[in-house]
Amino acid sequence: MELDVVSLSRFQFAMTALYHFLFVPLTLGLSVVLAIMETVYVTTGRAIWRQMTQFWGTLFGINFVLGVATGLTMEFQFGMNWSYYSHYVGDIFGAPLALEGLMAFFLEATFVGLFFFGWDKLSKLGHLATTWAVAAGSNFSALWILIANGWMQNPVGAAFNPQTMRMEMTDFWEVIFNPVAQAKFVHTASAGYVCAAFFVLGVSAWYLLKGRHIALAKRSMTVAAAFGLAASLSAVVLGDESGYLATEHQKMKLAAIEGMWETEPAPAPFTAFGFPDQEARETHYAIHIPFVTGLIATRTLNTEIPGIVDLVKLAEERIREGIKAYDALQAIRAAGSSQVPQAVSETFEANARQLGYAYLLRRYVDDPRQATDAQISQAAWDTVPQVGPLFWTFRIMVGLGVFFILLTGTFFYLSARRRLDAHPWLLWVAVFAIPLPWVASECGWFVAEFGRQPWIIEGVLPTAAAVSDLGITQVLLTIMGFVVIYTVLAIIEMGLMLKAIRKGPTFEPANPRPSSNVPQPGAGIPAPLPAE
Amino acid sequence: MILHELLDYTTLRILWWGLLGVLLIGFAVTDGFDLGVGALLPFAARTDMERRVAINTIGPVWEGNQVWLILGGGAIFAAWPPLYAVSFSGFYLAMFVVLAALILRPVGFKYRSKRPEARWRNGWDWALFIGGFVPALIFGVAVGNALQGVPFRFEDTMFARYEGSFFGLLNPFALLCGLLSLSMMVMHGGAWLSLKASGPVAARGRAYGSIAALAVVVLFALGGLALWLFVDGYRITSQVVTDGPSNPLLKSVVREGGAWFANYAAHPWMLVAPAFGFLGALGAFLGMRGQREVLTLLSSKLSVFGIISTVGLSMFPFILPSSIDPRSSLTVWDSSSSHLTLFIMLVGAVVFMPIILAYTTWVYRVLWGKVDETMVRSNSETVY
Repeated sequence: MELDVVSLSRFQFAMTALYHFLFVPLTLGLSVVLAIMETVYVTTGRAIWRQMTQFWGTLFGINFVLGVATGLTMEFQFGMNWSYYSHYVGDIFGAPLALEGLMAFFLEATFVGLFFFGWDKLSKLGHLATTWAVAAGSNFSALWILIANGWMQNPVGAAFNPQTMRMEMTDFWEVIFNPVAQAKFVHTASAGYVCAAFFVLGVSAWYLLKGRHIALAKRSMTVAAAFGLAASLSAVVLGDESGYLATEHQKMKLAAIEGMWETEPAPAPFTAFGFPDQEARETHYAIHIPFVTGLIATRTLNTEIPGIVDLVKLAEERIREGIKAYDALQAIRAAGSSQVPQAVSETFEANARQLGYAYLLRRYVDDPRQATDAQISQAAWDTVPQVGPLFWTFRIMVGLGVFFILLTGTFFYLSARRRLDAHPWLLWVAVFAIPLPWVASECGWFVAEFGRQPWIIEGVLPTAAAVSDLGITQVLLTIMGFVVIYTVLAIIEMGLMLKAIRKGPTFEPANPRPSSNVPQPGAGIPAPLPAE
Repeated sequence: MILHELLDYTTLRILWWGLLGVLLIGFAVTDGFDLGVGALLPFAARTDMERRVAINTIGPVWEGNQVWLILGGGAIFAAWPPLYAVSFSGFYLAMFVVLAALILRPVGFKYRSKRPEARWRNGWDWALFIGGFVPALIFGVAVGNALQGVPFRFEDTMFARYEGSFFGLLNPFALLCGLLSLSMMVMHGGAWLSLKASGPVAARGRAYGSIAALAVVVLFALGGLALWLFVDGYRITSQVVTDGPSNPLLKSVVREGGAWFANYAAHPWMLVAPAFGFLGALGAFLGMRGQREVLTLLSSKLSVFGIISTVGLSMFPFILPSSIDPRSSLTVWDSSSSHLTLFIMLVGAVVFMPIILAYTTWVYRVLWGKVDETMVRSNSETVY
């Protein structure tokens, strides 16, 4: 990695975003799990379900605040480190963020206080409505954020305005109903639900293994297994690959994920294994499974998926069109308020969509119009993301997804047979599987964002052109600051989480299993800590 | 979509300037008392139990209050993209300091009472103090710099160049504004503690709050005087086009003494704003002395409203002037989003703001009543 402002800003954004997404999925999923548990409590009146809601609610709270705190960083950072980006697309990108605040985050944050403080102040139904408001708020929040992110992958409903030198919104509904955004939302929310399901499943399994809080643990596992199975299926089957055909660079991302250099006849095979080689432009030792990629990505038997080499050729054409747009833009700007010749404005209109491609040449030449054929060809090859990392992270994610379905399916079966504690080794698997959905989620974000490079907004603005006027020292200082603060907070959070899990629910209802709170002798659990 | 032409561009820009004010004031009158309570925490509450009482007065509501800030940031991004781009990157390190302080706050509230050790709790109390004190001060410093103009200019691609430094932000006038905003928040936090806390915490809240209220009166007056004597304002000299494209470079601007007072000279009714600033603070002072709790909090809100409005009105139509290249200055007429975006966002605000205000009011009503030691003790596991 070169030590320049662009790389450092990218590093900082990646680090803070991946860190933020350690907390977000659990908030997304656990809020729904809490709402489900409390609904059972209100409809059946059984006290144990209230206890479950409160216990998982405590863990939810420890996680939630860090999601909020690190979310602030995300909102600040676009302006701090990506000021040209903020100017260039704020007209479109800012709107979903603001609507997220209005519609979702206010709801979530206003009611989350009442969730914790309102048990004695509200009626049962009033509190249940509060819990659902928190769940709805956090999920709406994800929807708006993914509409914003989906627009970066597929910038619909916007056009460049030469007078303001930025992209401006032309159709709000296209931005909202962007197919890439919709696919992303379903996939990301499902991933969050899987995280929550594995969290509840794993912690409950640990209680069963230690013989503590049996009643709470078994009921929680039943909820988690069913919820987790549905969510894993949804995350894998409705993966956001469906959005990968929407645009050219999404196609490039797909080809890179598959290490597919040449266009394959439809339906394209899935490369289960291989070593992609960026230099040689081929994937060594590839093992293909016929048809799979074609089926998953196109949902048809006869739609061709273009390979990297063909997409590069297309990018080269786009760059040449972009140069025409750039040339016309200079003429329009030079004309100022006087009349622009019609031929010029027609050229601009015809090629404006590819303007961003001309900026790819900035790496080699100040004025894109002066670029040589060799430079244009080089810039076209720059549109190929690093294939190796994408290839591997995608496979880790998919492999884990299959494992999630198997594990939650097994527990779903066991809970239906009322044999959840029949196989201790399976319970141990559940305990150690807790981090895996997070690994898969972070891999997913890596594929989505790293695969979008060199663009920050596909076809519109290269990442290298989007930064602020900052010095290396400034960015290094904030990176160090974030590393220190985030490391300390992560250690504290993990400590509190483990402490709360070890302590277990604060009170147990008199029934249905009176002995469930008594630790088994010799189980090796630390004594419950004194009440504070 | 042609619906957006129902409202012309000029009107939408003015409405969004007003809404920006509503959001900033909304933040200052709600999250403002959270910041104030944070800044007062080590002084107004001395024992662990007292601190828990103080923290639990804001425990259930700070999270919702903070959304005013988040929404304010989002609205600046969406409605005033160049303002978002220039201010957040220009004030880079100051923004980071504010951000770091704000990150400590949610965590501090939630984690402080999760462990019994005195060292742990003291540590978080200082974190909460920083989380209240630092943003309260720096937001004022930022406004002080905006009034003087900020050293940035646009290249013709609209890439913003910034030529200031972190320490340049800490000039005397800006620090005066910082102290004013800190006093405002402390006054507001004191008024809140007086209403919601009980026993010694409420009494100290009143004591510190009334001192802060006097400080607000004095610093606001001093600030006005310093603005008149030492700070140049800005004025557009080219013809003002209110519905043109959002490109700041199309106008010309001069810097001149007294320009920040021109709006008040032209429209004397605007003097209501500074009058509210002074009267509210005096009302809060008297209310705290006379233990009229609700009146105190309302007066304090009025003062915050008046002071923030005073700044906005005196700068109008400027939002962020540039000290090194005045024509790059951001104004209401040339740094907004497009006509369509402003309209859509307005629809969003008109639909959701009343809903937000309705449920927020409901939540405050549910939580109505004082927090005291008995309440904290009997709910020790669930409250902060």
